[in-house]
Amino acid sequence: MKGISKAFPGVQALENVDFELKTGEIHALIGENGAGKSTLIKVLTGVERPDAGTITLEAKEIQVKSPQHAQRLGISTVYQEINLCPNLTVAENILIGRQPFRFGSIDWKKLNTQAAQFLQRLGINIDVTQTLGSYSVAIQQMVAIARALEIASAKVLILDEPTSSLDTHETEQLFQVMRQLKHEGVGIIFITHFIAQVYEVADRITVLRNGKLVGTYDTAAVPRLELIAKMIGRNLAELDDMVKIKLEGSKHIKGDALLQAKALGLTGAIEPFDLELHAGEVVGLAGLLGSGRTEMAGLLFGIDKPDSGSVTVNGKPVKRYSPLGSIARGVALCPEDRKAEGIVDDLTVRENIVLAMQASRGWLKYLSMQQQYEIADRYIELLKIATPSPDQPVKNLSGGNQQKVILARWLATNPQVLILDEPTRGIDVGAKAEIQKLVLSLAEEGKACVFISSELEEVLRTSHRIVVLRDREKVNEFTGEVDEHTLMQAMAGSES
Amino acid sequence: MTQFISSFTWKKVTENRLFFPLVALAFILLFDLIFEPGFFTITTREGNLHGSLVDILRNGSIVSLLAIGMTLVIATGGVDLSVGAVMAIAASVAALLMNPYVLAKELPPNLLQLINDPQFTYQPLWVVIPVTLIVAAVCGLWNGLLVAYGRIQPMVATLILMIAGRGIAQLITNGVRIQIFYEPYAYIGQGWIVLPFSLYIVAFVFVIAWMVTRRTAIGLFIESVGINFRSSFFSGINEKRIRLLAYTFCGLCAGIAGLVASSDIKTSDASNIGLTLELDAILAVVIGGTLMAGGRFSLLASIVGAIIIQATTTSMYAFGVPAFALQAIKAVVVILVILLYSEQVRGFVRKIAG
Repeated sequence: MKGISKAFPGVQALENVDFELKTGEIHALIGENGAGKSTLIKVLTGVERPDAGTITLEAKEIQVKSPQHAQRLGISTVYQEINLCPNLTVAENILIGRQPFRFGSIDWKKLNTQAAQFLQRLGINIDVTQTLGSYSVAIQQMVAIARALEIASAKVLILDEPTSSLDTHETEQLFQVMRQLKHEGVGIIFITHFIAQVYEVADRITVLRNGKLVGTYDTAAVPRLELIAKMIGRNLAELDDMVKIKLEGSKHIKGDALLQAKALGLTGAIEPFDLELHAGEVVGLAGLLGSGRTEMAGLLFGIDKPDSGSVTVNGKPVKRYSPLGSIARGVALCPEDRKAEGIVDDLTVRENIVLAMQASRGWLKYLSMQQQYEIADRYIELLKIATPSPDQPVKNLSGGNQQKVILARWLATNPQVLILDEPTRGIDVGAKAEIQKLVLSLAEEGKACVFISSELEEVLRTSHRIVVLRDREKVNEFTGEVDEHTLMQAMAGSES
Repeated sequence: MTQFISSFTWKKVTENRLFFPLVALAFILLFDLIFEPGFFTITTREGNLHGSLVDILRNGSIVSLLAIGMTLVIATGGVDLSVGAVMAIAASVAALLMNPYVLAKELPPNLLQLINDPQFTYQPLWVVIPVTLIVAAVCGLWNGLLVAYGRIQPMVATLILMIAGRGIAQLITNGVRIQIFYEPYAYIGQGWIVLPFSLYIVAFVFVIAWMVTRRTAIGLFIESVGINFRSSFFSGINEKRIRLLAYTFCGLCAGIAGLVASSDIKTSDASNIGLTLELDAILAVVIGGTLMAGGRFSLLASIVGAIIIQATTTSMYAFGVPAFALQAIKAVVVILVILLYSEQVRGFVRKIAG
């Protein structure tokens, strides 16, 4: 790809960007949110037409007209959000649209064996006749890859944030598949926010910033810190400040519990647990996917009703378990799944920000337009939300900025307890650091924060206290300094 | 610079929700202007305005009423197939309240004379109208309960009342078509104060609905629920209650439409009142640009949609298209209107606009 430019109303998404992918290489594409990664991929896969520039595939200049056309050319993409049908079987998902026929009807036996073969090629042995939804996100991801390869007999495979919801073991599995494909001569574009993973699998790295090409480097030739500096365009001394802020903040933790859960549990979701949150404190929840982190957050916020135990907030026992009741009590939850549970994508940034506040005021006390704009403008400035205007539909914003909009929605309700479930998932290093710092400063203001993240490093950096969950049960609690190794042991269980 | 400003405002105009519905309406009226001289003539009789344009508005008032309620239901991501049946129920209830004697097997001659008196009614209008509307709202509430709390798909849930509703309407009047002789009641559908009285009803319902959705947070909540009900729930919006409200209001609108319809034909015709009008109402909303998937809505655009449908019908009649061919022609017009909405066509229009 040479000299690619693309402008959207109000933004120059790409400016004269060059990108080159060799056969049989894993090429990491990195950059902050809004750097232009997604747009570059969209141009390559025919979702968007470039305003300028050329694309060459195997020495032939091509014009990618549509995603279908891209597939026919051998360019396949697996998106961050898995777009398969969870209620169909694995085999159907892989071969849908090109099922083998026999006597005019689908040859199910052949369908299933073919699908199983495909997955075996990727080193996965599962029952392909089960519905896709019954498997973990990791397996679903592999199925998506298998499908992408099967459709296109792909020469170019694009993986957009494939590891954002995978745990360490699953990620390793995925990397093996990627290396396998590399040996078969497939060129892989790997988009990720995990710098460590870039160093683990990528041969070369291309960095984008603000729609411009920063450079393409051999992975071995560029040290990590330098890479991060290139991505965000400034040095990382700020991160070191966080340790100081945290230590400073821990002095402000007040004795009385703001929120207290006693033997709170829901059968099938999480075993009864005790939890206390104090003003000025950040409590990290650590645990593998499915360990009950999200369920714990859901119970505390009233998404689900507990069948045992009780919660008191500010000394008052909770009677009404519902999001609305929680908002009234001063409890807020930024949910894990930003797309499905967070943003309302067709509404504007302003409407998204005032939504929870308006819900708690009730329908009659409608915020005037002037008040709405004031609130929106205040948080756009405070959280540095990058949007052309408060009237922009939130779906036009990048992932990190959408996350900030949801954060703004909850800060506007002025909560005392703020539960953040994976607030930094799928967003870039710079924005991550911003959000972590924000969490610490919120705690300093006297709020109690619960911080849930799959990245241990992040949990360690921000939390004053860490609660460990395993197999839907609270298994441990660490106060003060704790190292990553101890934490991992607690998460994995004693035998490992 | 001036060119920049003009293109900017033009863009604003084309992005307005009312732009494409109004363009479609303009096309239909243009057709009339060319082929039907006299279509636009408006005459004054006894101080009241008459003419084809007035007819369009008057005949479109029932679908307009339905479209107002339907807009809110569709905006929540649902649909209400039962509005036609609810109209029939409302008509039956109203007729029964005004003239229950019809159900008696034998009537004393003096009563028989009484019920043919245009000034006679068993219950006064201030009882008839509220009771009828309450019954209609309860029908809507029932739909809302099935959809919001029973988690039944809207199409299936409202299909139940669509089918059962006409049966219920027949049961209420014991299968009899009750004639309504009471003159003040006839005024609802036939009265005229410069413009047809039913237009004032539409205007009144529209203003109420607009105030409730746009001057309170209800409109924002409805759109939010329609776009993503889970996110809305997580944000503290009681999405079930919002749906319940939308369906109940839709039932209420159907009740008002039922009053207008039965008053216009002076009978409770349970098997014909509102027949297939649910489809016209849905179509009006779609022409108005509200997506069937839910989300952003415009009440005014839906009313323009209803008028487009009626304008098509009236124009075709004026042009001499026989009644049996009307549906087919209407379908062609609808296809053309819907084509106006496709992103391709819109992009093309914007491109031309520069």
